[in-house]
Amino acid sequence: MSGESGVDDANPLRDAQDRRLPRIAGPSGLVIFGVTGDLSRKKLMPAVYDLANRGLLPPGFSLVGFARRDWEHEDFAEVVREAVEEHARTPFRSEVWEQLAQGMRFVPGVFDDDEAFDRLRDTIEALDKERGTGGNFAFYLSVPPKFFPTVVQQLKKHGLSDAPEGSWRRAVVEKPFGHDLKSAQELNQVVYGVFRASQVFRIDHYLGKETVQNILALRFANTMFEPLWNRSYVDHVQITMAEDIGIGGRAGYYDGIGSARDVIQNHLLQLLALTAMEEPSSFDAKALLLEKLKVLRAVRLPEDLGRHTVRGQYTAGWQGGEKVPGYLDEEGIDPRSKTDTFAAIKLEIDNRRWAGVPFYLRTGKRLGRRVTEIAVVFQRAPYSPFNATDTQELGQNALVIRVQPDEGVTIRFGSKVPGTSMEIRDVTMDFAYGESFTESSPEAYERLILDVLLGDSNLFPRHQEVERSWEILDPVEEYWDTHGRPEPYVAGTWGPKAADEMLARDGRSWRRP
Amino acid sequence: MNTNLTDTTSSQINAALVRTRRAAGFPAVGMVLTLVIVTDEGNHYDALRAASDASKEHPSRILVVIRRPGRSPRARARAQLDAEVRMGGETGTGETVLLRLHGELAAHAYSVVLPLLLPDAPVVVWWPEDAPVNPAEDLLGTLAQRRITDAAASEDPVAALEVRAETYAPGDTDLAWTRVTPWRSVLAAALDQKHGPISAAVVEGEAYNPSTELLALWLAARLGVPVDRVVSDGPGITAVRLGTPEGQICLDRPDERLAELAVPGQPDRHVALHRRTTAELIAEELRRLDPDETYQEAVCFGLGRLGPAPPATSGPVGTETGAGAETGAGAGGQTGTEAGAQDRGEARTPPRAARSGKSSAGESGRGKAAGAAGRGRKEAGS
Repeated sequence: MSGESGVDDANPLRDAQDRRLPRIAGPSGLVIFGVTGDLSRKKLMPAVYDLANRGLLPPGFSLVGFARRDWEHEDFAEVVREAVEEHARTPFRSEVWEQLAQGMRFVPGVFDDDEAFDRLRDTIEALDKERGTGGNFAFYLSVPPKFFPTVVQQLKKHGLSDAPEGSWRRAVVEKPFGHDLKSAQELNQVVYGVFRASQVFRIDHYLGKETVQNILALRFANTMFEPLWNRSYVDHVQITMAEDIGIGGRAGYYDGIGSARDVIQNHLLQLLALTAMEEPSSFDAKALLLEKLKVLRAVRLPEDLGRHTVRGQYTAGWQGGEKVPGYLDEEGIDPRSKTDTFAAIKLEIDNRRWAGVPFYLRTGKRLGRRVTEIAVVFQRAPYSPFNATDTQELGQNALVIRVQPDEGVTIRFGSKVPGTSMEIRDVTMDFAYGESFTESSPEAYERLILDVLLGDSNLFPRHQEVERSWEILDPVEEYWDTHGRPEPYVAGTWGPKAADEMLARDGRSWRRP
Repeated sequence: MNTNLTDTTSSQINAALVRTRRAAGFPAVGMVLTLVIVTDEGNHYDALRAASDASKEHPSRILVVIRRPGRSPRARARAQLDAEVRMGGETGTGETVLLRLHGELAAHAYSVVLPLLLPDAPVVVWWPEDAPVNPAEDLLGTLAQRRITDAAASEDPVAALEVRAETYAPGDTDLAWTRVTPWRSVLAAALDQKHGPISAAVVEGEAYNPSTELLALWLAARLGVPVDRVVSDGPGITAVRLGTPEGQICLDRPDERLAELAVPGQPDRHVALHRRTTAELIAEELRRLDPDETYQEAVCFGLGRLGPAPPATSGPVGTETGAGAETGAGAGGQTGTEAGAQDRGEARTPPRAARSGKSSAGESGRGKAAGAAGRGRKEAGS
């Protein structure tokens, strides 16, 4: 945050006109708790390297790992190196590695071990002297939520959360941000007992994706979409996040949580907010939060949750040519579990722009393929001069934002089939990041880690949004708890029949993404 | 997929582009710009390879204009256009058309290029070497939003900078400037920290490296303090020192890859500052197509306002083997990438010698120096 260091304006070498100069984080270090985890190896370490390789990390940047391992600094560096070589996006270069490796430290210990946190403090102080990190550190809590309170309290107890004069301390937390409103509030209280709101960065990696940021560019930098972006032209919106994998090794976390809490509460409601919000007055974090929160507050659940929400659970089947077990047969799952692995809900937004336009949100595991997309489906033309037979194959116009994979935007519209008869059929116009920018598109975590170091909180949900999202979802979860069981669906399909019926009742159908 | 057309016209080439695209089964991909590379038979390979690599980031239609005016009067009197349409495979994500302009046509590249530009998309012209004196008034240059030259590839790189300053027009840019971006960003980051007022600056770099000059010009323009240049053995820029009351802020890169940043009151730190390939430079150039005002400020600041120029850079060019070697490394470097350029370093020497009309002794010395200097020398500057 430029305000905290207070010297940005004074730098004669910086100039707004000079757009070649990248935003480089100031002197700082990153401390990762739970550094041995999957996320850390597959995403965080490679992202740190990629940032260094792109020249966006400050000289002297330091990476501190904290975990229950009997490692020396060198062992840790070796682990990071392996992770980087395997998962980094940019090519491995020895000089970049040397620069990074000199700043790698490892602190062995468990979270309630006071000695370990003393060592961590010594390490950080030593880094300030040896590497010039200037007391600026971000603590990345890549740990299960049950350890949050311990780690945060330990940081406070050992004076790690208090920044020395003229420097900053920040906390980075990953989802889940609680499992309902109450637990989310408790969690926020725990964190806010130690860090100020502006110091806390909640990672929703979807918001770091280029396509998601492009939603705002698409809507607010162009003229041709926004006039259609309302109830006069839009019939409904479908937001889908489908995974082809099962729960893998996450049984302990997933069972009892389910797909709605895991995905809808954070990712899908964030996508909904970006799709439906009004134009913010500027692109700073405050203005964005204001608009996102406003639209989230206007979200209304349907009266009859039984008719307009569906949950499912996958059963054994064939997924892309591979035989896979059902959810209840997965290792570590209670055979009577009622956890949802598929969830679909209908939401309405009570404002002038969207009244009467349903937003259908769905997510699930073991679905047809891995895809995340936002489809804005338009109304049919009010009058057609063509015969019904001419337009038989014409569907509704749609604008689809493909979030992943194959990032891009598709527009679907009708076009005449070449020939003597008048026949109109759907065609698509495509903009694909895959063809244009994939090579240089940074990974979501690169962007987000850099933003944390820069103190730029645009792309991080605030606690108000998190709490409001739980308020939306909690009644659905309560209803599900007391009514029946999840509908079974065969792995590798697009979810239970009930989900199709749910849309059929409204005279609509799901897109096959 | 390649299509060869001999004795052809622009409209036939356009038809071949559509045909090739259909045959390959691609839709019309979202190409974002047309890149015109103006070059000759000897240099087009390296330039095209760099552009193709860059096109992965910026899918583009690449038009390579290869001028072959011919040596004999008969060859000069003839006019013929040969084209090669390339799509898919190693050509990157867009389309590539090699245009060979024989004889009289070599002077009329404009007429060939104009019908082949993508509709409604920006045009970038790049002269890997032999840039016109005034790029903005060159006929091909007038088509472009962005005109890329490379002072490092000229006979007298420092004098070339003065020409660039005299003829500057919005949209001009030079790869010698692109090469200093990493230096500039580290220096700017260093000054993001608290520091005392800067009283003077020194830029050290090898002779005949226009990037050294540009970095010095930029510092002088931004900081408003005297900036001196010091000649070192290179490679490229080797150090920048900024004097403050507390001591020197020093960014020192002896080995063209890892630099050391020393700031008073702070521990020394290492920064990776490798010299980039031409493909990376071109990719950076294509990212922004609006006028680069910072470049204008630097290049137009005036070399004369820098501290006393070191004698080696003000002397006449090519009078001694050593100086020739520097020029050679610069020229060889601007189009080269990694080892490929090294192989070609010596092979390309004879035609260049013939053109510049230098003594063969000087040339062979240059060739050796360029070859021996190895990979790093291929990327002049930065």
